[in-house]
Amino acid sequence: MIIALRRIGAFSLSSLAATGRACILLLQMIVNLPAVVRRYELVIKQLYRAGVLTLPVIIVAALFVGMVLALQGYNTLVDFGAESSLGLLLALSLSRELGPVLAGLLFAGRAGAAMTAEIGLMKATEQLAGMEMMAVDPVWRVLLPRFLAGVISVPLLAILFTAVGIIGGYLLGVNILGVDQGVFWATMQQGVDFQQDVMNGLLKSLVFGVLISLIAVFMGYDTSPTPAGVSKATTLTVVLSSLGVLAMDFSLTSMMF
Amino acid sequence: MQRQFVEIIVGLFVMVGLLALLFLSFNVSNINSATVSNPYQVSARFDNIGNLKVRAPVTMAGVRIGRVNEIRLDSASYQAQVVMDISGKYKKLPVDTSASINTQGLLGEQFVSLEPGGQQKYLKNGDRIRLTQSAVVLENLIGQLLFNNSQGANE
Repeated sequence: MIIALRRIGAFSLSSLAATGRACILLLQMIVNLPAVVRRYELVIKQLYRAGVLTLPVIIVAALFVGMVLALQGYNTLVDFGAESSLGLLLALSLSRELGPVLAGLLFAGRAGAAMTAEIGLMKATEQLAGMEMMAVDPVWRVLLPRFLAGVISVPLLAILFTAVGIIGGYLLGVNILGVDQGVFWATMQQGVDFQQDVMNGLLKSLVFGVLISLIAVFMGYDTSPTPAGVSKATTLTVVLSSLGVLAMDFSLTSMMF
Repeated sequence: MQRQFVEIIVGLFVMVGLLALLFLSFNVSNINSATVSNPYQVSARFDNIGNLKVRAPVTMAGVRIGRVNEIRLDSASYQAQVVMDISGKYKKLPVDTSASINTQGLLGEQFVSLEPGGQQKYLKNGDRIRLTQSAVVLENLIGQLLFNNSQGANE
């Protein structure tokens, strides 16, 4: 009984301490922002690895999600004779929820895990310690470019996801299911508000970007320098950032809409 | 060479993302139709505005010429005061124009519909439309129908 209690306590304390360390790391990175602006090519390299290489996954996933939404939406709406609202359904669900959330989840799996594994391995092979020996702070040389790349790429990927998803739904809905093309775009334009829907979706994805990148970078930096530690950190990155994105999405939605 | 390639690809990535945002703003959402170009304001009082909302369209002969800017209760007359932004392109609305609140389809959004009058004088910024017709509340209509039917049955 006492042992179980003690385990719960130890778990809470260690997760609290980890949260605190993550916050300190975030502050350290914010302090180091000017230094990285001068060496922006570091960020660009990471943007390529985190953002550009995630692009194919995002585009293929978005096409399929858009087409599935169009199919399901059409089958339901046609019962009410409301298949003209298909465009609105697609645009609202993609721009408000599916775009930011799915782009975030895919990014966490595709790029977040890679970031953690890379930084973790750098720590395990004592490259980070070596940098410190040479008076180079790994926070700005290694962590910050990756963090910034994540923060920049996730909103871009989310917007792309939304746009490609709508195009996917358009291809299926108009060309195969036979919704009128003009009506498809007209109901969409009438019902979707730029500030309310598109911008709030973008804001959401920015929050997800910060969350995922912070978790990914911190998990790699904080890992215990063993093979088992790195694998555990990678798993934790995917699990925590996916759960974090979904939980954060709920609270943001309840505040925004 | 390698670095240049990476930079070009990243630039492409950012541009594609921004293009997607542009696509969403112009093709998907109504960013350009949300604002009325150099508007002037006209108000009208209604006994009941039903479900009319701010930013609802104002139409004449079915063409959108403006948007509802503000809705408040006029505490003197206990009527709803609706302020509308009318596009500066449509300056020549006669002073005896009448306003009514209609519904798009049976269950659609409500909007203000203007019917032109015959006078030669035109509405200016800040004028009030005097001839108004309230929103048709579907529940009241059904209630009246049921009431009339039951009266008919009694006679």
